[in-house]
Amino acid sequence: MNTPGPASSSILATVGLQKSFGSLAAAREVSVAIPPGVRYALIGPNGAGKTTLINLMTGMLRPDAGRIFLGGEDITSVPPAERVKRGLARTFQINTLFPRLTALEAVTLAVCERQGHASTWWRSLPAYRDAIDEAYAILGSLALGADCYRLTRTLAYGQQRLLEIALALATRPKVLLLDEPAAGVPRGQSPALFGAIAGLSRDITVLFIEHDMDVVFRFASRIIVMVGGRVLVEGTPQEIAADARVREVYLGQTRHA
Amino acid sequence: MATVSLEAVGGAHGYLRAQTRWRRSEIAFWLATLLPFLLFPAYLQLASQIAITALFAVSLDLILGYAGIVSLGHAAFFGLGAYTAGLFSKFGWGEPLSGLILASALAGVVGYAASFVIAHFRHLALIMITLGMGLLLQEAANSASELTGGVDGLQGVRMRPLFELFPFDLWGRTAYTYSLAALFLTFLVARRLTHSPFGLSLRGIRENAVRMPALGAPSRTRVRQVYTIAAAMAGMAGALLAQTTLTVSLEVLSFQRSADVLVILILGGAGRLYGGVLGAIIYMVARDQFSGINPQYWYFWIGLLLIAVVLFLPNGILAGLDRAAARFRRRSP
Repeated sequence: MNTPGPASSSILATVGLQKSFGSLAAAREVSVAIPPGVRYALIGPNGAGKTTLINLMTGMLRPDAGRIFLGGEDITSVPPAERVKRGLARTFQINTLFPRLTALEAVTLAVCERQGHASTWWRSLPAYRDAIDEAYAILGSLALGADCYRLTRTLAYGQQRLLEIALALATRPKVLLLDEPAAGVPRGQSPALFGAIAGLSRDITVLFIEHDMDVVFRFASRIIVMVGGRVLVEGTPQEIAADARVREVYLGQTRHA
Repeated sequence: MATVSLEAVGGAHGYLRAQTRWRRSEIAFWLATLLPFLLFPAYLQLASQIAITALFAVSLDLILGYAGIVSLGHAAFFGLGAYTAGLFSKFGWGEPLSGLILASALAGVVGYAASFVIAHFRHLALIMITLGMGLLLQEAANSASELTGGVDGLQGVRMRPLFELFPFDLWGRTAYTYSLAALFLTFLVARRLTHSPFGLSLRGIRENAVRMPALGAPSRTRVRQVYTIAAAMAGMAGALLAQTTLTVSLEVLSFQRSADVLVILILGGAGRLYGGVLGAIIYMVARDQFSGINPQYWYFWIGLLLIAVVLFLPNGILAGLDRAAARFRRRSP
């Protein structure tokens, strides 16, 4: 409680986050403050601690030290499901879906959970017409409308990546954390996927991890660079492109490769 | 091919409603459960036991087939219900309906208590824990022989007529009516539950328990709820057995009974409610027939049947029937 809070204008913020796995420090003194409505990219070499930071923010990991704030409220000890209810949603780098539910069922499930209907056992699902219509609309907005009656496991890989996003959107997030949304999608198709992300409402703040620099510079309004569990630098794409330390990290890598 | 007709019946909403609608085959099935009264009046006791086993299998389906909670100790709740109903009548309260409700409620309470442990585990760990709980209860009943009769079984169970009108007759007419009515009403509840948002959420837990918190879902609470409901249903099945056979043996709590109901459910097809019912019919009739031919080795044939089903109908007999029906419909439009 004595730790100073972040700037009150940020929607999502961390202060001095620490996390170690044995001797490996995956997050060291990570402090970020993300203002509402911005499209943030989180970049850095493999093992820089990007996914760890998302896991800490969403509560899937507990920090060794430091605090996390959502909309100014301290959520450090709030369980993951409750953070989702407060407006912090995520997607997963590896598809984490419901193989034997249809896409429509999966998104309807997410909507019902948000609306608090999912513990009702005495009413039949079709009675929740709003939830079903909303789920269908979300799927439609991500070009999944025609295939929403198919089992998730039979959907094409790229469609499954979109379903990841659809599930997160169904929770009506204020902040959406996308862990490599285009992972495994053929390079040519990732702009289409990011186009869908760029088309999201400006009410949703987006933080995405991505390795393709063309995509990052095209879709992010600000960029955070992580290296070795630390935030190296944060700034606009122009600032990042011009930063000597960032060039060192990336060009240094390519030179050794 | 499907999309066009789906749009025609009202899009996403119509599609989901079509899944919950009563099918003709369902109605035909429930009408057929009345046939034993006419066709096999000598087998009504067996029919009653089949209905009881079906109810037990449906209760396991709710946790295993829908929520993905494996159990090798589900007989614990069956036995708890059987002993509760048996003891209740032995000590003077022979009215069946109140005994049934009380036994079911008690099994539900114990299930609720156990669910706090169950909700923290999955897969192999769950098998061990449910197995352990089953063994604990069986040995407890064995050692409390003054109350339960131990290995000799509980004697002196007497039932008053159902609604004070229909005595439990030797032929099992009342017994089958009673068990079938209990199965049907409970099935209606289970059917509604599986078609509800809660049921969808259970399937979500089965399909991906890790993703559920990321949707804001309190999955452990859901697991506790369904486990409690399933325990109460299993307790009801046990109570029905005690009340219709007027005896309770330690076998109601045995590992064998837990294993049998699992076999029945897998045979019929888990995760589709009717699978447990169909499995119970096939298993019990097969047991009756095989043990008539050869009373000592009839498990040999059950073993063979099980292997054949898993090899040729990996999702159970019901899934196989569904596939066959779909193929038939495509061939004759």
